[in-house]
Amino acid sequence: MSAFAFENRIWDEAETTPRDRLGKLQARRLRELVARVAEVPFYKEALARAKVKPGDIKGPDDIRRLPFTAKEDLRQHYPLGFLAVPRSQVARFHGSSGTTGKPTFVAYTADDLELWANLCARFLVAGGLRPEHTVQIAFGYGLFTGGFGLHYGVEKVGASVVPAAAGNTPRQLMLMQDLQADVLVCTPSYALNIAEVARQQGIDPRTLPLKFAHFGAEPWTEDMRKQIEAELDLIASNNYGLSEVIGPGVSGECAARNGMHISEDHFLAECVHPDTLEPVARGEQGELVFTTLTKQAMPLIRYRTRDIASLDSSPCPCGRTGARMSWVLGRTDDMLIIRGVNVFPSQIEEALLRVEGTAPHYLIEVDRPGAMDEVTVHVEVRPESFSDKMSQMQVLRDRIDREIQAVTGIRANVQLVEPQSLERSVGKAKRVVDHRREKGLI
Amino acid sequence: MKLNQLSVFLENKPGRLSHPCKALAEAGINLLTLSLADTQQFGILRLIVRDWEKARDVLTQAGCVVRVTEVVAIEVADRPGGLEEVLKVIEAEGVNIEYMYAFTFRSHDRAVLVFRFDAPDAAIKTLQAKGVNVLQDVELYKLVEQ
Ligand SMILES: [Zn+2]
Repeated sequence: MSAFAFENRIWDEAETTPRDRLGKLQARRLRELVARVAEVPFYKEALARAKVKPGDIKGPDDIRRLPFTAKEDLRQHYPLGFLAVPRSQVARFHGSSGTTGKPTFVAYTADDLELWANLCARFLVAGGLRPEHTVQIAFGYGLFTGGFGLHYGVEKVGASVVPAAAGNTPRQLMLMQDLQADVLVCTPSYALNIAEVARQQGIDPRTLPLKFAHFGAEPWTEDMRKQIEAELDLIASNNYGLSEVIGPGVSGECAARNGMHISEDHFLAECVHPDTLEPVARGEQGELVFTTLTKQAMPLIRYRTRDIASLDSSPCPCGRTGARMSWVLGRTDDMLIIRGVNVFPSQIEEALLRVEGTAPHYLIEVDRPGAMDEVTVHVEVRPESFSDKMSQMQVLRDRIDREIQAVTGIRANVQLVEPQSLERSVGKAKRVVDHRREKGLI
Repeated sequence: MKLNQLSVFLENKPGRLSHPCKALAEAGINLLTLSLADTQQFGILRLIVRDWEKARDVLTQAGCVVRVTEVVAIEVADRPGGLEEVLKVIEAEGVNIEYMYAFTFRSHDRAVLVFRFDAPDAAIKTLQAKGVNVLQDVELYKLVEQ
């Protein structure tokens, strides 16, 4: 049997650079980067404090002598304090919508845009895109990097673009059918919405012309991929990026589907412990940190993504040499450390989805009554899963118990509760109550 | 022959029983009988009322998780051994009981038991053939409300 879910094709020879040569390339680019940011006020100060000069960088591991950059630093230098080129060289701005008021702007030179399109082309081809395809892009076109990023990537590959933009699902279905779009680009949750609306209109989603899909811009899981692939009868690939680093195109899956290859010739990747900022052991989960080696307009050194994943640089059958990052398991902001194990609310949700079939309502309560952390997961009982038989309710509870243990590796006390009781007590958005924090234990 | 029983999910916290009971009382619905199955983690309240559809809607609107289940009411002689005679038949015929509970009313020489069978239709046929008195809903309401 083939190691590939579909035909393996490589867009850019650079994706197969042997790792020893890749390391040398990274070191050289890192030296150039340190020189390039010398006039950016934030880095000028940080590099002086760290006492690092470009000549001190001998290999990629010397990255550890350089300072970190956080989202907060970008906010403090709003709007364009991180610009490293004269304003006249900026070809385009994008931005990420902040949950607190103003966006964070990013800037691109013409060369940056060219690089970006090429990086998107890499993961698109890795995920099955071919010049003969027609790609419907259902991402927002605007400050958000998703729409434009993928748009130019698809054009670079030579496929046709249907720039449908986000929303208006009935219109999406019409465009898809009338223009015979066989590739879909959007968020994974929007793909499920498309399937749902199709069914409402009496269209079997499996009969839509779609054959491939490239999903990103939000966290999702392997279980969700299986669901989408079954509902829409297509091959779905995962890609990753964030606007501060470049947008989509930081990494993407190949046909071997064993992680997302990072374009390490352009992004130096680290995986660190979110508290100590020390590198985690090989293959362990940690916070991803990226250094943009070649970006011109707004390069960043050791940018903390707050995304938790693991890295694997072992050889991949596809021939690409870039290290592979796992599915994003969660955000550092959400991470709970329970009896020394990292647990994310998203993992609990995944476990519950396996039992109930649809998005459940739950609340995670953590406490340390004695020496040990204790976790209680409150799960709302829904009419579909409620039985008048005691034994069946016990079975339901045991299944939730087992799935939580299988996904997170920890045992939790499962408490079945009445619907809306969580909403009434703590509000729907709240997923975690950590009593250890109130007690000053963490 | 079958009765519609309402089952209500109860979480494990003080005062949980009063919520559904209050909702029904306010809607003027009279409980013919109720039974509570309980563990440390949660409970199930089982109710029989005359207007089960109205009761179901009232409870659902009050935010309860409600399930309607078909149960069978059986009349037994209210004397020592009365229940045993019926259970013997059930056992001998290999009918599977999920759970059972007694009606709380008392009337001279008869008691009524509520049975939840895996296959209620087959169970009714078998029991009637053996002379067990399976009650019609109207008969039951008459008994309970007299
Ligand atoms: Zn690969």
